[in-house]
Amino acid sequence: MSNPEITLYRLQACPFCERVVRKLEAYDLDYRSRFVEPMHSDRDVVKRISGKRTVPAMVDEATGVTMSESANIVDYLDRTYGDADETGGAA
Amino acid sequence: MAMGLDFDVVALPDADHPEEGEQAPDFERPLVNHEYWEDCALSDLTADGPVLLLFHTMDGAFPTTYLWNEIRDREWGEREADDDLTVVGLSVSSPYEHKTTIAERGIENTDYRLFSDPQNGVAEQYDIAHDLDGMAGVSEPRPAVFLLDTERVIQYAWVADEWPEFPDYDEIEAAIDDL
Repeated sequence: MSNPEITLYRLQACPFCERVVRKLEAYDLDYRSRFVEPMHSDRDVVKRISGKRTVPAMVDEATGVTMSESANIVDYLDRTYGDADETGGAA
Repeated sequence: MAMGLDFDVVALPDADHPEEGEQAPDFERPLVNHEYWEDCALSDLTADGPVLLLFHTMDGAFPTTYLWNEIRDREWGEREADDDLTVVGLSVSSPYEHKTTIAERGIENTDYRLFSDPQNGVAEQYDIAHDLDGMAGVSEPRPAVFLLDTERVIQYAWVADEWPEFPDYDEIEAAIDDL
């Protein structure tokens, strides 16, 4: 298995998570999915990495960024990997 | 291992499963820990050290409960002498059920993890698929244990030839200690 720089913490059938996945796929980014519990209180792993228990949460080791909220993540992906920045580096 | 019953236990047909000295087939499935699951290949695990791979009945069935209690109590993979041994189970149960099993068996604080294979494809790869009588359309692995080295070469193999049948835990432990 490859060792992608991006890890997405997601919940099965969560539309906000799927929104992020669509964006990752649009930019053809290699990512790893980690599925967590529907039960909010059981998502300690997400809290540990992002400070909150909400999903989606994303870690991008290429830039050292960790973030929550699908709108924020999509913005970040656009800025970092979108057409505005052809180098694909950190914005 | 016979259970000392005074009637014949159901015999399973011969299986052409991989044997000691052969390389175990690789596969990739969701691997579940107490916090999340992610796709993982068997070869990713063996890259880090030997692996004890245990095929078992679906979560909730008593053999699965007994198996994990036994592993937990024997602390395979957690003992100092076990070094970098990884212990993983595999059943047709979903990741959600595996998380329940991990919580109920009290193994949240171990490195024990379970592969989820609802379509039973891994058991088919290993030729140990078992159609369950009275559960139409449901197939699962027959109970089986494979101890693999870092090249996925099988150091110890046991596959049930009766239903039900339980592994010989002392024999497995001896094989682990021989690594």
